[in-house]
Amino acid sequence: MTRGLMTVLKGSLKSVRDFTALEGINAEELAALIDLAETLKDVLERPIKKVPTLRGKAIANVFFEPSTRTRNSFELAAKYMSADVINFQSSGSSVEKGETLWDTARNLAAMAIDAVVIRHQVAGVPGLLADLLDVPVINAGDGMHEHPTQGLLDLLTVKAHYGRIGGLQVAIVGDVLHSRVARSDLWGFTKMGAAVRLVGPPNLLPSELEAPMTSNLEDGIRGCDVIQVLRLQHERQTSGAVPSMREYRERFGVTRERLEKWAPDALVMHPGPQNRGVEIDSEVLDGPQSAVLSQVQYGVAVRMAVLYRLLGGTHDI
Amino acid sequence: MTFSETSSGDKWHIKNVRIVDPYTHTDASGDIFIADGCFVSEKLPGMVTVDAAGLWAVPRMVDIHVHFREPGQEHKEDLLSGSRAAAAGGFSVVAAMPNTAPVIDNPALISWEAGRCREIGLIDLWPLGAVTKASAGKELAELALMEAAGAMGFSDDGKPVANGRIMRAALSYATMLKHPIVQHAEDPDLSEGTVMHEGQVSHRLGLPGVPAAAEAAMVWRDVELSLLTHGPLHVAHVTALGSLEAMAYAKRLGARVTAEATPHHLLLTDQAVADWQASPVTKVNPPLRPLELRDALRKAVVTGLVSVIASDHAPHHEDEKMAPYPQAPYGISGLETSIGAVFSSLLHTGLMDPLTLLERMTSGPHQALGARYPGVVPGARADLTLIDPQLLWVVDPSTFYSRGHNTPMAGMQLKGKAVATMLQGRWTMREGQVLA
Repeated sequence: MTRGLMTVLKGSLKSVRDFTALEGINAEELAALIDLAETLKDVLERPIKKVPTLRGKAIANVFFEPSTRTRNSFELAAKYMSADVINFQSSGSSVEKGETLWDTARNLAAMAIDAVVIRHQVAGVPGLLADLLDVPVINAGDGMHEHPTQGLLDLLTVKAHYGRIGGLQVAIVGDVLHSRVARSDLWGFTKMGAAVRLVGPPNLLPSELEAPMTSNLEDGIRGCDVIQVLRLQHERQTSGAVPSMREYRERFGVTRERLEKWAPDALVMHPGPQNRGVEIDSEVLDGPQSAVLSQVQYGVAVRMAVLYRLLGGTHDI
Repeated sequence: MTFSETSSGDKWHIKNVRIVDPYTHTDASGDIFIADGCFVSEKLPGMVTVDAAGLWAVPRMVDIHVHFREPGQEHKEDLLSGSRAAAAGGFSVVAAMPNTAPVIDNPALISWEAGRCREIGLIDLWPLGAVTKASAGKELAELALMEAAGAMGFSDDGKPVANGRIMRAALSYATMLKHPIVQHAEDPDLSEGTVMHEGQVSHRLGLPGVPAAAEAAMVWRDVELSLLTHGPLHVAHVTALGSLEAMAYAKRLGARVTAEATPHHLLLTDQAVADWQASPVTKVNPPLRPLELRDALRKAVVTGLVSVIASDHAPHHEDEKMAPYPQAPYGISGLETSIGAVFSSLLHTGLMDPLTLLERMTSGPHQALGARYPGVVPGARADLTLIDPQLLWVVDPSTFYSRGHNTPMAGMQLKGKAVATMLQGRWTMREGQVLA
């Protein structure tokens, strides 16, 4: 039932539709997209960061949740390829007057928008929107479901560092239960042949996901090639999922000492925004093993790749 | 069967029909005679003959769990559209939940509701009254006065009677009444913020899930309270293994406890949520469960541990069901797919014989609500459904008589359908057409 972009990637570019989840995408399709992103990231290193490939296309960023990084990243990705971008935020919009999401989207589409990038707090909304609209829909994060462009940029970050993804050991540490990043990463890395372990407090690990799990940080990250540290939201404390930030840090915080002892060569990633001193220390975040700024940079490249695929960009890059 | 040449009449001879009558434990081919609203023993002058070869005749099919939304939410359903849906689905009697706006928690509303359905004339409505005033869970409603006005049971359905002290009082009080307390069992703290079954599918889709334990914990509590008070308890729509264990325990100790299963929980699994791409048409409470729980539920219906099948018919307006998953209301419009879904799940799978299966939709619900009906015997009121058990049909909600077109069975092929319904000797539906 999931009709992802990739089902048609190998066909003509015009038939490419939506990009709503990494689950359901096959490995070759994923690899092709990563390769494309690697090519496109060169554009970011040019003195004039502008290619005409999406000239005349209009893209709507529709964000129902706050976002800095992802929204800016999509906007820049579109602009570097000469597309026009509008940013729609639910606050101060017709949504506050009671307009339904579907009407908002249909109205935007009626303004000759060529693609909709959507973030929504409810899992599944981008998929349903993709059914409703004739233009491509890109998921910029839906509830606890997926954040597929984040998954893609994590894959690219690892590929750029190691030259490969297959065979690597990847640990995802933290609040996996509530994390859409963890789900996209799990599907993405698994498909590309990496082995993924999930590490966190037992009540924040969904036991039904098919991956090895541990609540012991040492067991979880020892010998890992990649550690993806997840943000621990403060509301997990008020909702009773963890007793305190202090206790969480004591058990699951990624500190320099622990990294040196258990995973001295691992690449450390974090999807941001970070809680320094809780799930990850500044010494790690700003240290030599950290890839967090590469992640942000590659984020623009993968979003360019997705837009390029969906909007049938020319090869004139 | 053709009614084409039999457009009118009030005396009927239904011939060559397989009479499946759980009230008298009869399953035999024969003829049925009806005159003056009742079954009679022989053919009388002026009877119109209907050849019903290939069909089953089932007396008084009952659905003891429906939501008809009137008063207050007539855009979803009202007593007329609900009555039509019931007749179309093959039911002559339904019990309607009181979670309307206002809540049906007093004798005046009870008698109004039943009276309005008598005027409509398509079904017999068994009103259920609220357990607590306004279903607020704080003070007992006037159970005895409502019963005197016609209430056939009491429920705060839509939500549980969460407070154990109130539930104890209700069950204890009901020992002097004829009809049970019907509980929607769910621990509200465990289920808060959740929208589907917690399991592999919810974790994949990223939708917040409720564990089956939220239901089972409440069923265990209520079973204990029923044992404590000797009060009659009917557990609505059970789905959890623990609920079934609690039922078995209660029965072993002789408690006055019955339970029901819905056609959608017997037919579908939580995979439907993924297949529908997280469309709220799949959102129902209790949620669709995984295969192993669905199969355990089927087994419990087979053994009779769960002695009632009821639809939990919960019509909603299309616009409401279009909201994103968490905001959309719970519920499936189920009256018109009930027989098809149940036959497809339990009959055509070879799990049950016709007589035992239909017990769950006739004598089982009667017993659960403390009602009596003799079956196809001379003098008994002629409530009857003719079913084509082999009819293959595809669910098309746009053809529903119900205002609620919300069903994840849309597009599915089901096997078995009511082709005629009779209330008190008058046809209310024939060949899919409701006659009022």
